[in-house]
Amino acid sequence: MTVLPNNHYVDDAPYDPDEDIKSLDRPDLDAPSWLLIWRKFKRHKLGLWSGIFLLVAYLSLPFVGFLVPYTPNERNADHLYAAPQMVRLFHEGSFIGPYVYPITAEADLENFRWNYVQDRENPARLEYFCEGDDYNFLGVFRADTHLFCAPEGATVFLWGADRLGRDIFSRIFYGAQLSLTVGLIGITVSFILGITIGGLAGYFGGRTDWGVQRVIEVLRSLPELPLWLALSAAVPSHWGPVAVFFVISIILGLLDWPGLARAVRSKFLALREEEFVRAAEMMGAKPNRIIRKHLLPNFASHLIASAMLSIPAMILGETALSFLGLGLRAPAVSWGVMLNDAQNLASIEIYPWTAIPMLPVIVVVLAFNFLGDGLRDSLDPYSDH
Amino acid sequence: MNAETTPLLQVNDLSIGFGDQPPIITDVNFSIDRGETLALVGESGSGKTITCRSLLRVLPRSAVIHSGTAVFNPKASAPVDLFSLSEKELRDVRGDRISMIFQEPMHSLSPLHRIGHQVAEVLTLHRGHSRASAKVKVIEKFRRVGFVDPERAFAAYPFELSGGMRQRAMIAMAMIARPELLIADEPTTALDVTTQAQVLELIKGLQEETGMAVIFVTHDLGVVANIADEVCVLRKGRVMESGPTDIVIGAPAHGYTKKLLAAAPAIPHSAEPSAARPVVDPILQLEGINKTFVSRAGTFFGKNREVQAVKNVSLTVERGKTFAIVGESGSGKSTVANIALGATQADAGGAIRYWATKGALPVDVAHLDTSERRAFQREAQMVFQDPFSSLSPRMQIIDILTEPLRIHGIGTRKEQKERAAELLEKVGLDKNMLRRFPHAFSGGQRQRLSIARALALNPSLLVCDEPTSALDLSVQMQVLELLEEIRDDFGLSYLFISHDLAVVARIADEVAVMRQGQIVEQAAPDVLFTAPRHPYTKALIAACLEADVSQKINLQTVALGAGDPHTWPEAYAMQGSSLPPLVETEPGHLVRVNP
Repeated sequence: MTVLPNNHYVDDAPYDPDEDIKSLDRPDLDAPSWLLIWRKFKRHKLGLWSGIFLLVAYLSLPFVGFLVPYTPNERNADHLYAAPQMVRLFHEGSFIGPYVYPITAEADLENFRWNYVQDRENPARLEYFCEGDDYNFLGVFRADTHLFCAPEGATVFLWGADRLGRDIFSRIFYGAQLSLTVGLIGITVSFILGITIGGLAGYFGGRTDWGVQRVIEVLRSLPELPLWLALSAAVPSHWGPVAVFFVISIILGLLDWPGLARAVRSKFLALREEEFVRAAEMMGAKPNRIIRKHLLPNFASHLIASAMLSIPAMILGETALSFLGLGLRAPAVSWGVMLNDAQNLASIEIYPWTAIPMLPVIVVVLAFNFLGDGLRDSLDPYSDH
Repeated sequence: MNAETTPLLQVNDLSIGFGDQPPIITDVNFSIDRGETLALVGESGSGKTITCRSLLRVLPRSAVIHSGTAVFNPKASAPVDLFSLSEKELRDVRGDRISMIFQEPMHSLSPLHRIGHQVAEVLTLHRGHSRASAKVKVIEKFRRVGFVDPERAFAAYPFELSGGMRQRAMIAMAMIARPELLIADEPTTALDVTTQAQVLELIKGLQEETGMAVIFVTHDLGVVANIADEVCVLRKGRVMESGPTDIVIGAPAHGYTKKLLAAAPAIPHSAEPSAARPVVDPILQLEGINKTFVSRAGTFFGKNREVQAVKNVSLTVERGKTFAIVGESGSGKSTVANIALGATQADAGGAIRYWATKGALPVDVAHLDTSERRAFQREAQMVFQDPFSSLSPRMQIIDILTEPLRIHGIGTRKEQKERAAELLEKVGLDKNMLRRFPHAFSGGQRQRLSIARALALNPSLLVCDEPTSALDLSVQMQVLELLEEIRDDFGLSYLFISHDLAVVARIADEVAVMRQGQIVEQAAPDVLFTAPRHPYTKALIAACLEADVSQKINLQTVALGAGDPHTWPEAYAMQGSSLPPLVETEPGHLVRVNP
């Protein structure tokens, strides 16, 4: 440091007046935006773990038949409303590996309910890669190997059994196949409609925009539940479960697009004012090219985040419809269909485990929300700190 | 030492960082005496704003003060270290003993509250005034800061006032409790030059009346030379040079200060006016252009409101030359630029002619068919103002530079890539940057990229819409030099839009000054700067602050010219709703004056 007279201070550190304009100013930002988003998202722990959980959940859907001990509609007439069984490791002080106590039903004729008595003398050790009921592996081959099951003469109802003696644990896994995918199909429909309609409104503005806005307002003002009910009541009752499933997911998608269309429209309006879009226009790019090359890449990430946030609504919608008996119907298995069994207050009071399918609904909806939040927070990777 | 000789504020060894990253402010020292003005000068990223905000601890959440003291020595009480005060103690200092004004007055006033009440809040909070007595004081203060009708201003909402008036309200709010220290964070940067001159004068006047000290944060050495007693030059969070203004500005010792001073654009004071020559080879001509914007009414069936942004503008850009349009915000200069490129349709009646080559038949830009339009788009390109929004963040540099070629289907992939590399080198960047993303570049580099993209189609005409306004001073100079260089290398013609006369002084061959949608004066730059005729041009020139301690603003000229057109001297004044005709007072010098 140099201090000249008059309190004049001059820094001594070397200084190069011709700093190289060829060097990068912010090397840390030199990456495609998906990479920058990923770097930022990684720091959002809750979102990251929710994402991993959902990924594992979706990846395991094709293998559900193998992972669980029973098939969804396998009845066990001796074990109606069986209580959840605990998997234990130590029997009378010594380690014998995972086992369950076999249970037998006793009718309580005073209260008209089933009581289950554990046979504490004969621990039944679980078997692995054992043969059970047939299921469709990956939807193609028939297979009958299960990861684990109870030995002959015993049962393994981890989360109890329902009124027909079907294993709730296995049914929840099978239910996930429908409940989780209904959101994906619904969101695809809603995406296509939302992007097209919102994009048109945002790009052309004026009367088009005005018209779309009014349609959205009308759609939004309709009470959702009665509308769902009306639409699904229109599904012919003789259709098979798969057809009903598709129709239900499309209905959910048809009613969900206005929110997405609004998001797309406002993003479009904001981006249209960006100078790089005006630059492309002035270079002579056609609207189609501007939308594909300049607008879409810049809000694709926003779309993904808003999709993550609207999938839970779809899952809840399906659950609500099926719960009311207007969505999927047995023999299809979904979480809503299972909860349909828990409609009866008495059965919840006596057999509270019939309401367990609520748990996966809550967990999955929360996970999607956390993931969506995490993505949304990471969307602007260029802002500092 | 007694309280009179110790400085009012002494900052020692200040270091600030974000999270656990290396500090962005390192070992900053400065002090300020009572009644004095200290200027913190620096370019973007120098840490000047963070430094001044740290004094009141209004920092971004992740910023941490690593070390340092800021000893504040108020008249009435014992010295305190601002950094070790509790939040509660600090609240008593904020807005009372030390107050702050910000760059963007629209964002610092709450849009939902009447201005008067926001200002009076300081008095009711800190001084325990009743509402009625606070109102009397506020209205008195409003009169002092230059509101013509303070009663009305008291009841107004922020959006009802212009930028300059809002900044005055902010100043009134900051001054109402008679603080001992005022921190002004770029208070005039968002304002037009003439408004800036008036606001600076106001701050100076108030300072003389109350004897407060002012810390003035700015990037503009012209402002510093005019207002500061002491200067502290910051670069990348370090003090480069500090000391009394006349020494630092008059005889800078550090290379960085020298570079900044050299880069500050200046208006030439004396030059031999060259003889005017008629335009022989025009490339673009606008004749009698009008543009009326219709602002859509809030309801579908409501009545629309019309605003005339451009009134009867005619101009001719000569091939290989630069025609500059200068004006303040709202003067219609950018609208003219857009009309010239056919991006905005002018009202019926005018004509826009473009000559592709000398002596060729002109095309009418307003009525092009598809193939003519494509040809014209290759000939005429635009350089935008904001280097951060003009490049798509999702595209690599190579895609950005080859996009114009792809749109017009020129060349193979390989040729396009070679062309992109060639363009990068032309604008002074390295060709290994092709695979980089725009966000890795600084503002100046991005503006170079934007220029390279505009050059991709080998245009003959570039419309530059404030290409240097968003850049730092030193970078602005480099970009201007680049623009001059490529103009001469490729024989380009420019239509150059700017709000800054000093920038234009360097590059233009012909300058038109616009005010409220009309050209009020037009001449070659040496004529315009040495012998301006119109009061508005005179005001613009007077309001240009130069980095020279001996040049002070002539506020009277500024106030006269920048005021309402009805109050201009009679020969120039607006009669009813129209200005006098544009007449050629001498060859090549057009002025709106009654003959």
